[in-house]
Amino acid sequence: MNENTKIRIMSLSLIVGFFVMWEVLCVLLGVSDLILPRPSEIAVTLWTRFPVLWPHILQTLYATLTGFALGVIIGVSIGVMIGTSRVAYGVAYPLLVGFSSIPKVAVVPILVLWFGSGTTPAILTAMIICVFPIVVNIATGLATTEPDLEDVLKTLGASKREVLWNVGLPRTMPYFFASLKVAITLSFVGAVLSETVASNRGIGNVMMTASSNFQVSLVFAGLFILALMGVALYAFFSFLEARVTGWATRGKDFAVT
Amino acid sequence: MASAAVSQPVHPRPAIELHEASVVFGTGEKAVTALTPTTLRMDRGDFLALVGPSGCGKSTILRLASNLIKPSSGQILLGGRDAAAKEMRIGMAFQNPTMLPWLTIEKNVMLPLKIVEPFKRSFQRDKKGAYRDRVHALLAQVGLKDFANHFPWQLSGGMLQRANLCRALIHDPDLLLLDEPFGALDQFTREELWQTLQELYLDRQPTVLLVTHDLREAGYLARRICVMSARPGRIISDRAVTMPQPRDIGVIYTPEFVEMTQGLRELIAQVRK
Repeated sequence: MNENTKIRIMSLSLIVGFFVMWEVLCVLLGVSDLILPRPSEIAVTLWTRFPVLWPHILQTLYATLTGFALGVIIGVSIGVMIGTSRVAYGVAYPLLVGFSSIPKVAVVPILVLWFGSGTTPAILTAMIICVFPIVVNIATGLATTEPDLEDVLKTLGASKREVLWNVGLPRTMPYFFASLKVAITLSFVGAVLSETVASNRGIGNVMMTASSNFQVSLVFAGLFILALMGVALYAFFSFLEARVTGWATRGKDFAVT
Repeated sequence: MASAAVSQPVHPRPAIELHEASVVFGTGEKAVTALTPTTLRMDRGDFLALVGPSGCGKSTILRLASNLIKPSSGQILLGGRDAAAKEMRIGMAFQNPTMLPWLTIEKNVMLPLKIVEPFKRSFQRDKKGAYRDRVHALLAQVGLKDFANHFPWQLSGGMLQRANLCRALIHDPDLLLLDEPFGALDQFTREELWQTLQELYLDRQPTVLLVTHDLREAGYLARRICVMSARPGRIISDRAVTMPQPRDIGVIYTPEFVEMTQGLRELIAQVRK
């Protein structure tokens, strides 16, 4: 058995152990279902209520991914703009830092005021919350590109665009993917947050409604779904990262094409 | 292998012409003179080695010729025209091999074909066929046939420098600019690469401008050696190396060769003071 398999098995045992502990502690201490339902109860709720939950899952996924996609497009554009120009970097950075230090929770009421409740504020919150890590990472990656590497292209008479395309952007990919993994989880936070405050659809809304009806196991079922979706998307981007930026980690198991 | 020994330039036309070209970085009190007004002319097909102490402006001349920087005063002409006119196709290799770490050796070497006309035009169509063969043929010539699909970090310093030479030559440049390309290598690898470079030079006959600290390297490879003085840099000696090419590596131990490098060494020792 090699090191990796061992780590995987241990990681799996940790997860299983966590739920077993939870179950056992609930039974031993006689914790009320209204405070903390047992994992087995939550699983049953998930199973029986799944047909009802499914549209909400899709709704949350839709809002998150749309917001995330918009955030990536905007984040990459701004990042490229300020990362390729020393002047733009200096001029725009203070404003960006100011924007990024606003707690995004505080923006939701404004978005609801402008766009009403529903899907739009959820998408926009997901977008706003994930833009800044992407901008900062892209800009940093581009701004720290080794001049030697750029000179290789410049001596060949390459245009600015060709230098960006062949050196700047590939060089920035590790930074970009690092930011994507942060951004996708943040997008979830944004979408659910907005759904909780102002929507009648989505997992956030389901949890809010269930909570006010004291359907505690349903609230926890919502949490489970969010965790699962978060893990799945994180894993997806990790996989993509390993494929695209294997050169940076000198990975041995990515394909040489 | 290479064509017969040639001791006269095959192209009596100008390749590089510096007319009182100077380079100053910064302005006012912080201004740093990288190159005092310098005049230098190089013929096509010639192999010129530029030697001199650190900071004398050798690399600055190279950066001028590669159009990475513009002269602060004076003029630089490539092939008789302004450097920006791209009259001459340029290949350049630095001391640091600067392979792009995300590309395989093959794709690194192929890069100029993607950027430089007329290759660029049909890059999308040819990159899997004709261009790939072209890259592989050149890699084979320098002994890197089996490393085309490796990544740069999987190669040794000497191998990377070979790949670097390939990348500088793949697009058949008229002008090859070399900035201490073998400076970071051990003696044996260096001598091996001198021979590789000599072969490639005699084979393709580009104009070569080599900046180096190594007098034996200059003497072994070049047809003409210019010595620059310490800052502010100025060309104080300009001499031909008449030994016929190709030169055997053993030539560097002959009395004639040793005498020549000794002479250069003394000259540089003087100007350092």
